[in-house]
Amino acid sequence: MQSRAKQNRDLAGLRVAITGGTSGLGLALVRQLTARGARVAFVARSADAVTRVASETGAHGITGDVGGKDEIYGIAMQITGQLGGLDALINNASTLGPRPLRPLADTDCEDLQHALAVNLVGPFRLTKALFGALASSARNRGGSLVVNIASDAAVSAYPTWGAYGASKAALGHMTAIWNEEARDAGVQFVSFDPGDMNTPMHFAAIPDADPNELKRPEDSATQLIEGTLTKLAANPETDAGAPGSTTAAGDVRS
Amino acid sequence: MIAANSPERRWGKLMKVDAGGSLRHFRRRSLARLFAPGDVVVVNDAGTLPASLAGIHAESGAMIEVRLAGWLSDMLDAGGEPRFLAVAFGAGDHRTVTEERAAPPPILPGDHLVFGSLEAVVERRLDHARLLPIRFRTSLGALYAGLARHGRPIQYAHMPDDLALWDVWTSVAAMPIAFEAPSAGFAIDWRTMSAWKSRGVEIVSVTHAAGISSTGDPALDAELPFDEPYVIPQATADAIARAHTNKRRVVAMGTTVLRALESASQENGTVVAGRGVARMRIGPETPIRVVDVVLTGMHEPGESHFELLRAFADDPVLHCIHEVASRRGYRGHEFGDSLLIERSDRAAGM
Repeated sequence: MQSRAKQNRDLAGLRVAITGGTSGLGLALVRQLTARGARVAFVARSADAVTRVASETGAHGITGDVGGKDEIYGIAMQITGQLGGLDALINNASTLGPRPLRPLADTDCEDLQHALAVNLVGPFRLTKALFGALASSARNRGGSLVVNIASDAAVSAYPTWGAYGASKAALGHMTAIWNEEARDAGVQFVSFDPGDMNTPMHFAAIPDADPNELKRPEDSATQLIEGTLTKLAANPETDAGAPGSTTAAGDVRS
Repeated sequence: MIAANSPERRWGKLMKVDAGGSLRHFRRRSLARLFAPGDVVVVNDAGTLPASLAGIHAESGAMIEVRLAGWLSDMLDAGGEPRFLAVAFGAGDHRTVTEERAAPPPILPGDHLVFGSLEAVVERRLDHARLLPIRFRTSLGALYAGLARHGRPIQYAHMPDDLALWDVWTSVAAMPIAFEAPSAGFAIDWRTMSAWKSRGVEIVSVTHAAGISSTGDPALDAELPFDEPYVIPQATADAIARAHTNKRRVVAMGTTVLRALESASQENGTVVAGRGVARMRIGPETPIRVVDVVLTGMHEPGESHFELLRAFADDPVLHCIHEVASRRGYRGHEFGDSLLIERSDRAAGM
């Protein structure tokens, strides 16, 4: 398990973006990645929570909703502008769908659409907007990565989990297809299943769950980082564009 | 709008002009079949800023539009205070042609411009009333958030619909530092790049902060292009060196790529990796040291892009291209058709 003593700055220079960075797995990732030296930008809907996590961790906070089409390119611009590019994108933000959980026959079409917008179309849009940046990282640093968060609800047919399970199943398959198609560009796509975690989202789904039987999101975050991002960090930084390495554009005239 | 991967972009026209001045006509998707193993295609992976801001000139209360047009501060220093060269317009929008647009109110050094939550200060007076050096009172990192809320892409009077940010990002767009789209990039998509890769055509990039293409004001347009900062990765310099050694072609996807590579070139054709600022103006007398082929839009005689092409082909060839393009209905603007032109024997000194 992650211990304070083991923490070092082994991810220094790695540029990582995380959606849903103010609670649960996303918050644990923001904390651990910044502690290990990565340059992190995170996205969340609540401006107050974004400010709080940004000041706690030193990560760049972006207020936005990945479920909203009109916001995506503005979010992408802030991510790459703040980090000076992007090596890894973690599409972590998701919604359970209508709560309490209910059978599909009782699910409103609009609620299913919303679950798909946040859990499937949002990650697609943000990945597409950032694909140029990820490919640039692959060309000039040796590789880049997209991690999409999977769930066992995408595999097993749990009654009442229809909106969430269907959206996650689609995301998982899209991840696999992206991975085939993006190989030429040097961008790797992986699904990561964090397991049943002790998070606000899990309690929203199953209010009477026993927290002692659930995984700590901190442990899932460490597994994700160890399983995927540490390999990327081994790539040397070869960018020629570090800030201040030569003069900026001069005045046109004075 | 013409989305980045819409049929209209893939099905656009492509005129190919070889070193001998022969013209051939293709669908733009045929780009995937052009070029040979070992050739190096260089793209500009700059993303486009929502560089048009509508707001108020605080001292007069007058409406104003400002278009960010050039970097005066370090474009990669997110913590720094961003400074830009900006072009000011009075009330109205891009649907009014610039010549008929109200002039901006008289603006003095020290005046304040307010765009929603963003505020900028005019730094000093330049010799053109529309041209303002401005400084935002925030970090560049925070400015990105403000631009996401208040900025819009620079619009074009000839486009039927307003452009959204996704319309002005090419498929390779990465760092958001350009003021207008490096529009040659609209001609290529990831399918094209995969086809090149499978045939051994190498794809590398520069990141070049493309400035505004035109203001509609003749006195200002005569000053274009403004200075444009760029970054050339080591991998790009290395690929170009390999292409030169192996007598393969270097293809610039757009005039911004051409400008960056030639600015960073040494007399022997070597490209120096790193950061720089393109100040040169390419014309008939410019020795072209790096690039063998350039992809660009269709341009009219008299435009600065047309001047630039005179470094690649003789005037009779260029006038023939223009005449054939008019006759065959090639469309000439940022979102129009494409011209692929190989450096002529004469210009290449072969």
